[in-house]
Amino acid sequence: MTERNAIQGPGTVRSLSQRLLPPMILGSGFVGIWYFIAYGVLEPRRRFLLRPPHEVIQVGFLEWDNFSLILNSLWSSTKVAMMGLSIAILIGFMLAITMSQAKFAERAIFPFMVTLQAIPILAITPLIGFWFGTGQTSRVVVCVIISLFPILLNTLFGLQSADSGLHDLFTLHHANRITRMRKLMFPAALPAVFAGLRISAGLSVIGAIVGDFFFGKGDAGIGQLLRKHASQLAGEELLAAVIMSSALGVTVFLFFGWLQERSIGRWHETTTGAG
Amino acid sequence: MVFPDGTEALRDVSFGVDKGEFVTIVGPSGCGKSTLLKIASGLLEPTSGQVHADRDQIGYVFQDPTLLDWRTARGNVELLAELHGVEAGERRRLAAEAIELVGLNGFEDHYPKSLSGGMRMRCSLARSLTLKPPVFLFDEPFGAVDEITREHLNEETQRLFRTEGFAGLFITHSISEAVFLSTRVLVMSARPGQIVAEFDIDFEYPRLPELRFDPLFAELCGQVSQNLRGSHA
Repeated sequence: MTERNAIQGPGTVRSLSQRLLPPMILGSGFVGIWYFIAYGVLEPRRRFLLRPPHEVIQVGFLEWDNFSLILNSLWSSTKVAMMGLSIAILIGFMLAITMSQAKFAERAIFPFMVTLQAIPILAITPLIGFWFGTGQTSRVVVCVIISLFPILLNTLFGLQSADSGLHDLFTLHHANRITRMRKLMFPAALPAVFAGLRISAGLSVIGAIVGDFFFGKGDAGIGQLLRKHASQLAGEELLAAVIMSSALGVTVFLFFGWLQERSIGRWHETTTGAG
Repeated sequence: MVFPDGTEALRDVSFGVDKGEFVTIVGPSGCGKSTLLKIASGLLEPTSGQVHADRDQIGYVFQDPTLLDWRTARGNVELLAELHGVEAGERRRLAAEAIELVGLNGFEDHYPKSLSGGMRMRCSLARSLTLKPPVFLFDEPFGAVDEITREHLNEETQRLFRTEGFAGLFITHSISEAVFLSTRVLVMSARPGQIVAEFDIDFEYPRLPELRFDPLFAELCGQVSQNLRGSHA
């Protein structure tokens, strides 16, 4: 937490500019290369492959019809992601708690979790379509499958991370399982739980978009929009939609970083980056 | 005590600690000192032999402070009373008293991450003191703090022993710490741990820091050291 140690007053301004300047330089470089490819590399008739930045902003963001469509789709996918993430958190917590209570359960469940994690999501989307239809349910299922593993693994790891001396202390004073879970294992797990949450939250956004890409029934989301723009070679709208999807991912990541700092920042030294 | 992997940690160890006694066991690392404490506290079942102790309310100070990071110093000190179902007001009073005893006043609302090593150890001591245990076990508690802090903590432990009147069983590999604190010092041999020598330490309490420079103190330390080395060979 370097910014907290920074000298107050003029120093704060300096440290803020020190934080913002490097990504700004890199960002302008990136936009420069983008322009260079759009105007320097591509001939005018092939420019539809990469529209220049100002046209993307003009068409994708400033034309309200296009932008409101993006926002609506984005909102629909956000709902899927939130639903999927909530279910993944619920299942992940329950499995991790079960596994932390009985070695047998851990041995039994773990291989299946690894297997589930190892299946490429694209390989099972057709199956998911067969079983759950091509609507909202399937989108959420994809989302859950993608985001379950990190939350489960990190929660389990966190629950097992409590110091053995502390476990001895609880044993000496005859604490039962529930007390031990509530006062020792669960709080000790929180930093790892938040690390898992941040990864899973990002994945849930990806899951929602991937799911939406394959399943078109019902409330269409950003995946369907990307698909439509791609088939119409609408480069500006496509890029605008991509930018907004990643903005959603970043927002979710920052939100959980903020939540982490708020809930455990007082006692835990945060070592992760931004947010 | 023989572990499942065949390691014999302790053999024929027998001794008693009476009320008002402070017994210290010194021995080389890996001689089974910690195992002995775990057996005494009931954390480990011995493969043979017996322990006679009132283990209902035992004070146990670990090698590390073993504090809960998410609780303030006060919250940590209140933990044991909480586990024993003491109601909140009484808990708070007991904690305040113990914090006063170890001199942590003013740091009640600090989280462990902002306490120094010595302060964390004090906090750990205070936590054990809240239940006023008749038996106090110390497992090399001051091994990780610097020499000066260690001497301070030794003086405080000694003061607490006098005022609280518990029976103390202390484990260390520091000879001067052992002689300074104890009414009796037991020397343990390397694995399998056995008690090879016993010294009564007759210095009057309260023992002042200057005692460490007394020729008699040095002589006793010398004798303990000799026995310790003899057992190691």
